[in-house]
Amino acid sequence: MTGWLTSRLLQSLAVLLVMSVAVHGLMALMPGDPIDLMIASDPHLNAADAIRLKALYGLDKPWGERYLAWAGQVMRGELGYSRLFAKPVLQIMGPAIANSLTLMGTALILSLLAALPLGILASRHQGGWADHLVNAISFASVSLPTFWLGLMLMVLFSVKLGWLPAGGMQSLTGDGGGVLDSLRHMALPVATLAIAGIGQYARHTRAAMLNEAAQDYIRTAKAKGCTPRRLVWRHQFRNALLPLVTLLGLEFGNLFSGALITETVFGWPGMGKLIADSVMGNDFNLALTALMLATAMTLLGSVLADLTMARLDPRIKYR
Amino acid sequence: MIKPRDLPALVGAVLLVFLAFATLSAPWLAADPEAMNLAAIHAAPSLSHPLGTDELGRDVAARLLNGGRVSLAVALSTALLAAILGTAIGLVAGYRGGWVDAALMRMTDGVMALPLLPLLIVLAALDPAKLGIGDEARSSEIFMVGRMVVIIALVGWTGAARLVRAQTLSVKTRDYVRAATALGATPGRIMVRHILPNVASPMVVAATLSVGNIILVESALSFLGLGVQPPMASWGNMLTGAMNVIWSAPDQALWPGLAIFVTVLAFNLAGDGLQRALDPRR
Repeated sequence: MTGWLTSRLLQSLAVLLVMSVAVHGLMALMPGDPIDLMIASDPHLNAADAIRLKALYGLDKPWGERYLAWAGQVMRGELGYSRLFAKPVLQIMGPAIANSLTLMGTALILSLLAALPLGILASRHQGGWADHLVNAISFASVSLPTFWLGLMLMVLFSVKLGWLPAGGMQSLTGDGGGVLDSLRHMALPVATLAIAGIGQYARHTRAAMLNEAAQDYIRTAKAKGCTPRRLVWRHQFRNALLPLVTLLGLEFGNLFSGALITETVFGWPGMGKLIADSVMGNDFNLALTALMLATAMTLLGSVLADLTMARLDPRIKYR
Repeated sequence: MIKPRDLPALVGAVLLVFLAFATLSAPWLAADPEAMNLAAIHAAPSLSHPLGTDELGRDVAARLLNGGRVSLAVALSTALLAAILGTAIGLVAGYRGGWVDAALMRMTDGVMALPLLPLLIVLAALDPAKLGIGDEARSSEIFMVGRMVVIIALVGWTGAARLVRAQTLSVKTRDYVRAATALGATPGRIMVRHILPNVASPMVVAATLSVGNIILVESALSFLGLGVQPPMASWGNMLTGAMNVIWSAPDQALWPGLAIFVTVLAFNLAGDGLQRALDPRR
């Protein structure tokens, strides 16, 4: 077990290292460089200043050297300064992660609350009308473009009905900042993500339940006179949860990398929007850190999923 | 006789034929998608503009059809390229085994574990000038479309690779493969002539099911301003335009999104149907 864990973590670390080289290299291929941007925004700087600044920041060095310098700084915990926000990168990441967790955690819980019953219902009436209905809902949900769903909710509830705010996290004027105000701002992005997630969770739940229904222990329990309710909840559902745990482990990384599109549509200041803004705004330090964190969390999520599986299911042995 | 359970797949297939016909005949069916008419912005639907006009007075129906052409062309080419890449990697990994297999599969796992959308955004934001691509080539439509295809295929081949590898592992110990080996066939010939035909049908299913996702990814990138660039129309960038005028013309957001939804749904239904039709266990 420890050996397995060590090798998994080492493997993840290797992927992370390769990713850091790749992302750092790709960043150098982005349009413009930081000094050119600095010059463009300040008329007092001239070409001679540009050369001095490039030397100062080490931008005249070859790429390999720049990568090593950056990696060294990151190891020492110096993540640098964000150009877009004019703040140290660390100070920006904290609130962004918290905002993404709030948004996506809430959406995930709501999604599961709808999808688990739907999946169970479908599996209990396989081939019946409930199954067909859940199947239709799942197909629709996985085929929906999230940004369009968000826009449609915005058109309906913000533009036409005027019930909910169209973006941001809280009102800037008047009684802004209250709990109710925050909840009103959360409603549309959370609904968007929750609706978009129902399909895949319902499908996986249904498949997992049907998979368990075919097992011998179910027939044994039936033969012993187990009530249908007990059969479904105590026997079938508990085992069907195992594959769902894997799915949730993979979702763990996403919680930290944020919902890029939904956050952008609704102006929600989470990690997803941060990644999009920093990449498109040439904010190298911020973009690199945010991308590396997102990658690290995704990798960690899949290791956690395997660990949880091993704990929950005594049949699984890792070596 | 059509069974009720095959009905969704049939609906998907009919929708796809309709979409292909409509988007391919766009130049004859619809007006010029890039012709502006500032005297008639946000016009209501009429005979000359069946779905009205957008914020620059362009015909929405024409942009929808032409945007669909771009989206479908990108999605189908990407699915094909990703399938080819994945099949090649999976075949080699499965047939060679040993360290080649281990290295290729660790690479596949690595790519699979990455956060896809952030990575795609980085790839889409790269400056083609710094990759040594000339000015003229950069501004061509072919380049714009080709770039999307390459970027999405670069991260989208992993599923195919795993599928083909698993299939190859199960096929390569069969007697006819061993017979071919004994007769002195080269590894290349065995992979292409004897193993590839046996992995083809699950690959077709997987590729069809991947098209829907690719359309979603492509339109998301275009929506963020990193895919197909205006004035060329795509469903994604039409929605960007619609979002900018959401308060003055909220209905603009309806059609492009609906088009994406219906197309993705059609591919998913058709792919699901294919999967059931080709599944020997049924």
